[in-house]
Amino acid sequence: MTLSAVDLAAIRLSLELAALTTVLLLLIGTPIAWWLARTRSRLKGPVGAVVALPLVLPPTVLGFYLLVTMGPHGVIGKLTTAMGLGTLPFTFAGLLIGSVFYSMPFVVQPLQNAFEAIGDRPLEVAATLRAGPWDTFFTVVLPLSRSGFITASILGFAHTVGEFGVVLMLGGNIPGKTRTVSVQIFDHVESMEYAQAHWLAGGMLVFSFFVLLALYSSRRFKPGLG
Amino acid sequence: MNAVEPHIVSSPTGPANAAPAGGIHACVRLAYPGFALDVDLKLPGHGVSALFGHSGSGKTTLLRCIAGLEAASVGRIEINGELWQDSAAGVFVPTHKRALGYVFQEASLFAHLSVRRNLEYGMRRAGANKVSWEQAVELLGIGHLLERMPGRLSGGERQRVGVVRALLTSPRLLLLDEPLAALDLKRKNEILPYLERLHDELDIPVLYVSHSPDEVARLADHVVLLDRGAAIAQGGLAETLARLDLPTAFTDDACAVVDAVVAAHDKRYHLTRLEFQGGSVRVALRPEPIGRRLRFRVHARDVSLALERLDGSTIINLLPVTVIAVADADTPAHVLVRLDLAGTPLLARITRLSRDQLGVAAGKHMWAQIKSVALLG
Repeated sequence: MTLSAVDLAAIRLSLELAALTTVLLLLIGTPIAWWLARTRSRLKGPVGAVVALPLVLPPTVLGFYLLVTMGPHGVIGKLTTAMGLGTLPFTFAGLLIGSVFYSMPFVVQPLQNAFEAIGDRPLEVAATLRAGPWDTFFTVVLPLSRSGFITASILGFAHTVGEFGVVLMLGGNIPGKTRTVSVQIFDHVESMEYAQAHWLAGGMLVFSFFVLLALYSSRRFKPGLG
Repeated sequence: MNAVEPHIVSSPTGPANAAPAGGIHACVRLAYPGFALDVDLKLPGHGVSALFGHSGSGKTTLLRCIAGLEAASVGRIEINGELWQDSAAGVFVPTHKRALGYVFQEASLFAHLSVRRNLEYGMRRAGANKVSWEQAVELLGIGHLLERMPGRLSGGERQRVGVVRALLTSPRLLLLDEPLAALDLKRKNEILPYLERLHDELDIPVLYVSHSPDEVARLADHVVLLDRGAAIAQGGLAETLARLDLPTAFTDDACAVVDAVVAAHDKRYHLTRLEFQGGSVRVALRPEPIGRRLRFRVHARDVSLALERLDGSTIINLLPVTVIAVADADTPAHVLVRLDLAGTPLLARITRLSRDQLGVAAGKHMWAQIKSVALLG
């Protein structure tokens, strides 16, 4: 047996975290991306910049601030304590929140690009065909931005699987609870267990390659009007 | 089809006429930086009304305002008794609740839906069936295209599908925004007959945006001339085209449009006689049967005037006319003469010299020689 039970638990945890993060981000990111794509508000710039911050920030910075705000003296920490939930750092829920912030731009930006590529015309056409705004979103916008949703899902999932700094800052290193694959690799290397590190690292390499392969193959879909 | 309906003829400078019962009344204002639209339209609630003008005159913007696609527009829009907008009363019916059909300038079919599902999209949501599927599909000749995806249609086919899709929502008003502009001449000629059938067979008022005098002359019953965001003239087609007080931009290709009926065929000389209110002309033999309505156009430059009936001439179309008015034409060398042919207006473009030598003035009875007649459709 090359992968230990702890390794397998780390893999399972990474996949669960990535899947949940992707689902949450599609729910949260779609309205944000729609607003960013359609708005003429002056807030478009600032909001867009905030969403894109994780692209340039060291993950430790994001992790640090999340740790502080979710900790016992932070705003969110006080709220969750008052609700009887305890504090979020060093829990799976805490990791999930961190991942949602960390992977946000990887979901919002492809969606925003897809929505912008559709333009005004299909929405106007739908309105002249008696479709209300919600109807239009589900019957015209969603199908026409399908490739954007595929890209966003793949990138959001893969990026969450690959996160390290935020997890380390927020989750510590609790086996089966907050120890993801990337942290597990780090642990193996620290303990000079290079063979195990190779198996996980190689697995990540192959996984990432196939994710990108899937991504570039899906680019064949072209949204728009005929 | 009587193109001259005096009760809807209004002057842009004169007092506003009362809106005809059940007509199209659109009083719209919209200002952008560098452009302002301010139009008060009163059109009959039937037939084809053309919004005609150069690019940048506000035609498309006006159509978009009527459709509710310009949220910043202010005014009052009432279509055959249905109120769509009344800014004074805070009424703005959103586009998807206005019973209209809209055909955009370029192809705008949903790329992810087949032709059939494109057609069903609006029909299902409108839940009305004033226009039946069979009727609309047959009218525009798209029965063989239903299972195709829009990407595999030609430009002309897409626009025909677009028209059917709009018709199937059983609109109370059909808005066509230069549906032929993106097509070449061949495709235009392919789709024009379908639009003419639309006009003849369906009782849906149409607002047709165009910058092509040919299309307007062929399809319209009423015309609104737009210039820099204002309606400078509106009324019946023949009446409006024959006006002399329009800016020269509209008179460089001045013409009169006449609705006629095929009266007789002369097989020996291969001529067809077309009769209209006030006279008749003979043209090269037409395939249409006797009794069929035909519209023709006479360019002002193809009409010359004589004091006497000139029988010693090769011109076969000689008509007795009365001079109504004389006005400046597009060049200082010419004047534009408005003629009346027992109710049918005609225009002649003659030299200033001829005007003075022959004493062409209002009230004078003369003979018009028509050098050529262009049949429309």
